[in-house]
Amino acid sequence: MEDRIGVFVCHCGINIAATVDVQAAVEAARTYPGVVHAEDYQYMCSDPGQKMIRERIKEKGLNGVVVASCSPNLHEVTFRNAVGQAGLNPYRCEIANIREHCSWIHTNRSQATRKAVRIIEAVVEKVKLNEELTPLALPMTKRVLVIGGGIAGIQASLDMGNAGYEVILVERESSIGGHMAQLSETFPTLDCSQCILTPKMVAVGHHPNIKLYTYAEVAEVSGYVGNFQVKIRKKPGYVDFDKCIGCGICMEKCPVEVPSEFEEGLTKRKAIYIPFPQAVPAKAVIDAAHCLYFQTGKCRICEKLCPTGAIDYEQEDVIVEEEVGAIVVATGYQLYGMERIGEYGGGRYENVINGLQFERLLSASGPTEGEVRRPSDGQVPKRVAFISCVGSRDSELHKPYCSKVCCMYLAKHAMLYKHRVPDGQPIVFYIDVRSDGKGYEEFVQRAQEEDQVTYIRGKVSKIYANNGELVVLAADTLSGKPLEVRCDLVVLGMAIISSPGIEDLVRKLKIGVDVYGFLTEAHPKLRPMETLTPGIFLAGCGQAPRDIPDTVAQASGAAAKVLELFSQEELYHDPIVATVDEDLCSGCGLCISLCPYDAREMEVQEGKKIAQVNEVKCEGCGSCVAGCPSGASQQRNFRDEQLLKMAEAILSSEDRVG
Amino acid sequence: MENLMKRVSELSAQNLYACYQCGKCSGGCPSVWQMDILPNEVIRLLQIGQSNDALNSETIWICASCFTCSVRCPRGIDLARIMEALRQIQLRKNIDRVEIKRISSEQMAKLPQIALVGNFRKGTA
Amino acid sequence: MRILYYPGCTLKTTAKNFEESAIAALRVLDVELVELKRWNCCGTVYSLASDDLIHKLAPVRNLIRVKEEGGSRVLTLCSMCYNTLKRANSFFREDKEAGEKMNQFMDREENYTGDVEVLHILELLRDEVGFAAISQKVQAALGQLRVAPYYGCLLLRPREIAIDDPENPTLLERLFASLGIEAVDFPYRNECCGAYQTVDQVDLVVERTYKMVNMARNNGANLIATSCPLCQFNLETRQEDVQDKYADFVQMPVVYFTQIMGAALGVREKELRFDLNRYQASELIYGR
Repeated sequence: MEDRIGVFVCHCGINIAATVDVQAAVEAARTYPGVVHAEDYQYMCSDPGQKMIRERIKEKGLNGVVVASCSPNLHEVTFRNAVGQAGLNPYRCEIANIREHCSWIHTNRSQATRKAVRIIEAVVEKVKLNEELTPLALPMTKRVLVIGGGIAGIQASLDMGNAGYEVILVERESSIGGHMAQLSETFPTLDCSQCILTPKMVAVGHHPNIKLYTYAEVAEVSGYVGNFQVKIRKKPGYVDFDKCIGCGICMEKCPVEVPSEFEEGLTKRKAIYIPFPQAVPAKAVIDAAHCLYFQTGKCRICEKLCPTGAIDYEQEDVIVEEEVGAIVVATGYQLYGMERIGEYGGGRYENVINGLQFERLLSASGPTEGEVRRPSDGQVPKRVAFISCVGSRDSELHKPYCSKVCCMYLAKHAMLYKHRVPDGQPIVFYIDVRSDGKGYEEFVQRAQEEDQVTYIRGKVSKIYANNGELVVLAADTLSGKPLEVRCDLVVLGMAIISSPGIEDLVRKLKIGVDVYGFLTEAHPKLRPMETLTPGIFLAGCGQAPRDIPDTVAQASGAAAKVLELFSQEELYHDPIVATVDEDLCSGCGLCISLCPYDAREMEVQEGKKIAQVNEVKCEGCGSCVAGCPSGASQQRNFRDEQLLKMAEAILSSEDRVG
Repeated sequence: MENLMKRVSELSAQNLYACYQCGKCSGGCPSVWQMDILPNEVIRLLQIGQSNDALNSETIWICASCFTCSVRCPRGIDLARIMEALRQIQLRKNIDRVEIKRISSEQMAKLPQIALVGNFRKGTA
Repeated sequence: MRILYYPGCTLKTTAKNFEESAIAALRVLDVELVELKRWNCCGTVYSLASDDLIHKLAPVRNLIRVKEEGGSRVLTLCSMCYNTLKRANSFFREDKEAGEKMNQFMDREENYTGDVEVLHILELLRDEVGFAAISQKVQAALGQLRVAPYYGCLLLRPREIAIDDPENPTLLERLFASLGIEAVDFPYRNECCGAYQTVDQVDLVVERTYKMVNMARNNGANLIATSCPLCQFNLETRQEDVQDKYADFVQMPVVYFTQIMGAALGVREKELRFDLNRYQASELIYGR
């Protein structure tokens, strides 16, 4: 077939045209063997630009198109769609990147132009030999796995369950609810946190489309978008959830007490426990590491007293297998350890506590029934210091980022403290106050004006205990005065970090985390709810610190992404995959060890070992192609002959720029 | 950047633009109560082009080079070296801060050498 | 074990009690300090100006002395010497160009190559002798002591040369625990004593000492233990000046940690040089 290639050179405004002589490039392309049309335009990706390409294909009978423009990451899809609309196979269209690879990295106009022409010529050679390809169609399992049962996981599950899809929600604690269940009131409305959360929790518990696995973890994930196989490990809680009615008699009589995780260590729970009264499901579990029976063989009181005979000491791990088409990761956060900041005495002084602990003190169902009393002696503190930016905004020793929510919740804490202790004095030590949400600025102003919260601009340098009080050393940078403030209780606004065990989970899912353990989104601006792994989505603080409104919004957004995926009948997989020339394959197996996606297998055909490609799993990375010693492994539209032609064009001694 | 700020930056090898004036250095400085301007204000004056006020302060001489500020700074600024740079700029004009002859012989006999050596190192040209 | 030892000037004059008690206590732990035959003043404090090389020569020459005696490491008792020597050593190792310049300038010295390690006695006790070994050699039960351990600045800052966590050090507390002695919570244990300001800004030191001694007493201490001759001077000798300013001030004995360690390990009282301490330190230690 005769080559009839069209070359379209984009100016991209001045991005390309300021450095590359676009006219000269067009001239050089026009006379290149196989090119029958060459044209330039200001913005090729615009509607008129695309129209131009479609019209030329028809007018000139083009059978291949090269668009010399920005990186294919941006507009390869745009141009392939345009070409497809004109009746040409989209894979006969390629991008010659003369921006990121040329105009943006060079300043010498003449040399840049010559390089651009070489790039164009090389891509023309590639297109000449491109096969016409069709994306692979795959079936989809339209069920979704949600990992994490905090507000993000709950919201995403409800949205998708309500849309009619089956949701599997996995939560590692025995109840869903996450940290939001621990909060007392939320800013800026001062809604009771559990009052707004528990209806959603109950809805999840009763939802016909949501299958809830609590006290469970994701053990293994394999497969790919539309077809994931997940193994979920149900941890033994030694209580049969089908029989347990949540009456709580076992908890009353259990002789063992350990610090309660839900109460952030401020009080105790029993070895058999339901974490909080509104738990969903309201089922007890036994903490075997502390249970007297498991440690010494004695006791068994819970078994004796349980009215439904739900205690089962013989329970073991149970692995459940589920098939899903999409996964939403909503693993949430934890607080940076107070003991990491030696100068604040966290972990050494009982009355230096963190934000979640203060929430429990404020909470009506907390260890002090909502009275603000300090941990050491139960006295009502008369002066409380709230410290911002503890471990955050510290590029030197701790976390360089801002944890976003602390300014707001410390204002809330100060306000609520003042409501409970009208003659108390709340002081917030801050560097900046970040109150950027709807109603947030007004909230902080209210704290200052109506509740007389004192705001001191100075990062606290040291906190120590003396004479039963805590001494806070800081300087008020606004007035230039050093301060030594004696108070009864200190609340630290600790940095938000990602949940424990995240490294393990991301390895199973093969998604990315950044150096701080936060899940990596596909694009920070435009794709904040997706990962680079198709079919896996993100919601909530697992990705970055955020408040409840943003978390709920993101969770609904992630759900929408899943629904978008499920709205298609079939999934389309990129056809630029590896292939095997069975005549050349010697069965050495090198490709199998090189494949990072588990997409290669060995088959025996008529006594001969031949490597096979699972086209659905293949992501077209090219590792197997590079490694194959005989050249049996090739990549569609990146075959060796194409690459050699491209190299010839680039290295040609003929300089065709006038 | 005004000249003095530049000179301080060079002598101390510190990036004065990195300071976001949180005041943690000032809060923990053991000698802050005797100072006329806060340690963070010393950097602030350099940042806003009022370096002479920093140079002429008592603060830089009251500083005992204990490094508490440097160890606590969330931006990794070694404030102790900035203080030293300001002192050096003054001292290199051949203006001593400490007048050795004003120390009584009684004190001289009592003081450990390291006190004298350290003091003269910091306070004389 | 034998280890080369750099005393520094003050240990030979106003801090004899530090040196003698340290040598005696270490002997019980089978560590022999071998003083360098030649050494010079380290030129404390470490010079911070980025263009200053001349003040870094004095400490580096001491490290050359160590090499001369065939040693690869040197121990100091004085915290200020530790800080100065260690920082000069680090600087020399990191800035190759500066190091070359310095070697060229010291044309009558062998070239230094940065291969000497500087060690403080507390590091040796923690890492090589070990607290368990120290525990086993305890002879005297000093249960009447409630010590406020005082680290000062230069052992803990800057972080690059710190022998322990600058904000929450535990070395001295662990040492005292191994000796069976109670150490109280002393929040000022890593705060500066005022150091060389004691020469011309005595009032600054007076205020610090007043605060610190009262804080120690408040937290239940009857004794302060220091690890630096200048801290010792500021916390002990300057209590006189505190007394002059604050009539209600009650004095407290201040000793070197090596003196307490020596007493617990059964070293003879005379060798521990309590005669050079004030405020009835030895009465407290020996329960008289």
